[in-house]
This record gives sequence, C-alpha cells and structure tokens, in this order.
Amino acid sequence: MNWQNDDRRKFIISSVQSVGLVATGGALLGGYVTKAKSSPLVLRPPAAINEEDFLTACVKCGLCAEACKNRDSNIDRSSGKHKEATLKIATAGDERLIGTPYFLPLEIPCFMCPDIPCVPVCPSGALDIKSVLNKKKELDINQAKMGLAVVDRESCIAYWGIQCDACYRACPLLDKAITLEYQKNERTGKHAYLLPIVHSDACTGCGLCEQACVTEKPAIFVLPLDIAKGRVGDHYVKGWDAKDQNRVKDAQILESKTGINKESALDYLNSKDEF
Amino acid sequence: MFLYFAANAYGWKIIEGTFGASVLFGKIPLADPYNIVQILATGFVVGVDVLIGGLIIIAFYALIGGRVFCSWVCPVNIVTDLANYLRRKLNLDSLETNYRFIKRNTRYWIAGIIILVSALTGVAAFEVFSPITIMQRGIIFGFGIGAAVLLAIFLFDLFGVKNGWCGHLCPLGATYSLIGSFGFIRVLHNHENCTNCMKCKIVCPENQVLHMINKESTSVTSGECTNCGRCIDVCDDNALKFELRRFIKKD
Repeated sequence: MNWQNDDRRKFIISSVQSVGLVATGGALLGGYVTKAKSSPLVLRPPAAINEEDFLTACVKCGLCAEACKNRDSNIDRSSGKHKEATLKIATAGDERLIGTPYFLPLEIPCFMCPDIPCVPVCPSGALDIKSVLNKKKELDINQAKMGLAVVDRESCIAYWGIQCDACYRACPLLDKAITLEYQKNERTGKHAYLLPIVHSDACTGCGLCEQACVTEKPAIFVLPLDIAKGRVGDHYVKGWDAKDQNRVKDAQILESKTGINKESALDYLNSKDEF
Repeated sequence: MFLYFAANAYGWKIIEGTFGASVLFGKIPLADPYNIVQILATGFVVGVDVLIGGLIIIAFYALIGGRVFCSWVCPVNIVTDLANYLRRKLNLDSLETNYRFIKRNTRYWIAGIIILVSALTGVAAFEVFSPITIMQRGIIFGFGIGAAVLLAIFLFDLFGVKNGWCGHLCPLGATYSLIGSFGFIRVLHNHENCTNCMKCKIVCPENQVLHMINKESTSVTSGECTNCGRCIDVCDDNALKFELRRFIKKD
C-alpha cells in the first residue's frame, strides 16, 4: 500500500509543479507580448486594417516589403539595382511588433504607386484590398489612409510669414490634400501669409510632405489616423445638414427628473471635506 | 533558405516571403500551421491563401513524417548544431554540466500556453520572440537586436541543457512532432547488425526515440524523430537505414 501512496504523492507534486511553471511562463510571456504590441505611433502600409486587428492578422511574411522593394519603379537609374524600400520589417529593438511592416516617412515616404504592389500580395487579410478600390473597382492609391499629416504652426515658417510651399508642392494630391490659405500679414502690412492647410478627407498619409519639409525637425508630419483625429460622438447633430438631421428623425424626448437636494447650501460649504 | 534570401535581394520568384507565409513559384501558397493556430486563437480569421498554405504544409510534413522541418529546413538548426558540435568537442557532455531539469515534453506545455496567451493578448504570441522567424528575417531583411535571442539559444544549448531549445522547448518543433507522427519515411533499426557502440545515441538530437537500439529490430515511430539521418551516417555496422514505414507488422 505504501508504494502506491508514494506514487500518488509524486504524481500530484509533479502535476502541481508543471502547472505552476507553465502558469509562470504564461504570465511572463503575456506581459511581454502586451508590452510588445503597445506601439501606437506606427505607420502601416496602405490598406492596413485597424491597428489592433492588424497586429493579430499579420502573419509577418514580409511579402509586402519584398513587393515594395522589387517594384519596377524602385530601380536606381545609375546602378540599375533596386533601392531600399519604403516598407521596413520591424526587428527587435524597433519598438514595433516584431516582423510587422511599417514605414518612416522622414527616411523613405510612400511614393503612392498606382498599381499598389504591396497590397495584393498580402495573404492574411491584414492589408484589405477592398479599402483601396475606387467606385470602378480599380486599384486607387488615393483611397489609402495610412495616416494624416499634421502641421505644427509654431515651427512652420509659413506661419512666420516666410514664403515656403515645400509641403504643398511635394503633395501628390496637390491642392487637394494640402491647400494654401492666404492671410494678410499685419506685421509688414504689405505681405501675405501662405498657410498650408491639410484636408483629412484627401490626405493619404504618404509622408512626402514630411520628407520635403525644410525645418530641422519637420513642422508637418504624419501621425496614425487614430492619434491625429478626435471624435465628436453621436451627441451633436448638425441641424443645418438635412442628412445629419435625419439621424434624429425618430428621436423621442426622454424626460428625467432629479429631486432638489434637501440639505442647505451652507452645509456643503461647512463640510469637513477638503477640496 | 537561399531562395528566400534571393527573393528579396534579387527579386527571384521561386519562393518569396518567410515561413510565416510564402509563395512558391508565384502561385502556390505556403504557411506556418502553428502561426495559423495562434492567430485563430485570437479570434481573427486569416485569409484563404494562408489557410490553404497551412493545409499544404501540414499535408506535406504529415506524409513525409518526422520533424523534417526541424532538421532540413529550420534555420535555427545552424545555431543549435554549432552549440552541439562545440559541446562534443569541449567534452561538456561528460561533465556534470548537463542539467536535466527540463523535460522533453516541456515543449508541448509551451505550445499550449502560447495558444492561450495568444487568445488573451490578441497577438500571435510565439511570433513575438520566435528565434526561427527572427533568424530567417535576419538573413532576408537584415539582423537587429533580435540576434540576441539566437545568442541566448546558442549559450543555453552550449552551457545549459543539451539540445535544450530544439529538443525540449521549441513549440514549433512540438507542432511538427504531432504532425509528423504518422508519416511514411522512418529510420529502421536492424538489431542483428548492431554492435551497441552507441554512436547513434550520442549524435542523435532526440535520443529518446532510439530506445530500441540493440534491443529489437523495429522502426523509429516517434514523431519527435527529426529524420535528420545523422544516426545512419555514424553507424559503422549498417544497423540503421531509412525505409518506408511498414503499416502492416511482420510477425
């Protein structure tokens, strides 16, 4: 009988040990993975689905980056070889989820190839080709939403009154994604400001403007859409817009009543709580 | 591996991508089944190409049998084999340095917990630090600090546990063990020729699968066998050879 008890004890101990060690490893790994995916400031290839799903979907095969590098329009005319590509594959230490594609506009922006070589090769669904098709079901890079260019007025020299339209000229959607707004320069009394204004409905986030910007650290730069944009929410309705007004067509009035506080206002002032 | 590298460097179309998913001859999709399981665990349904690719890979390795991926395809093999070679040269095996605190079946536990972590964090968890894809991407796209993982595995295999990574921990190896359990190509042992020199057991990275040496004439049936053929190479007595698995037993 004794040896049976011993066996059972050993079995229980080793089972508990295994479960414990596995749980330890799992907890460590879970922490590391959570940290590894928390890099919101990353620009993905065109047609990338939203960042959280993208991190899940991408199988890290690198086919998009290879297509980007080996495209015909990326050949260096003097050497005849392929230049370095826009799309990079994250390695450890890049502070981006390892193996996923991204680009740094300041180094190499997206050149907006009309045939979008990086998207159709994606096998996993992380790059959704439907999002870059126009109404005629043709590939249209202008549908891409990789990010949104943002202008820092303090460091943009156009806002100082100096004439600079580097970003405006660099933009592949000239006069659509960036327009110049004229304003009177009161300081000199005879000059105009030519202020770059980014339009989020047209901007694709390619980053050509960021690369073209003349300041030491670019005054115009691309941020991921989630970060660059705010959100109004459902509460506000444009009453002057018939379509928007339609949203509240069937709205009903909900009345709620709150009773008046029975306590005196002075009680509140004389309470012992410190504010 | 070279074909993968050339796909990026020279634009060759033979095989492109990485082990995560790749394309053969620009048409046939291939994909890593363990990666797919992790992604499915997060609740995301991957593209059809990847699923088909995964099935092709599973079918291929299931038919051949054993962990052929591990011994003939996996790039980390270069690192761990070097560690193993140095172990033998430095005589580290004979000293009391071979800590056996990790069991062979640890890998199955790891493979399981990674699926669970993938489901909880929403990211394919093994791919975050997988030395296999780090090594491969290193060769194709250039190394980063990720090479530290490979160094860690090298040192662990050299000074820690013999065949520590490939033989005890790697969840991808565990996956292929399960897939390869039923394949056709197997190592056959001939008990009559064996002189019990034990060279095969020294060189074998998974020597628990050679339990029949000098005991009975049978084939290696464990999926953990990598079909690397090193035992056949070192055998001086013609007691080991590859064979097509016999599913009908001779009595």
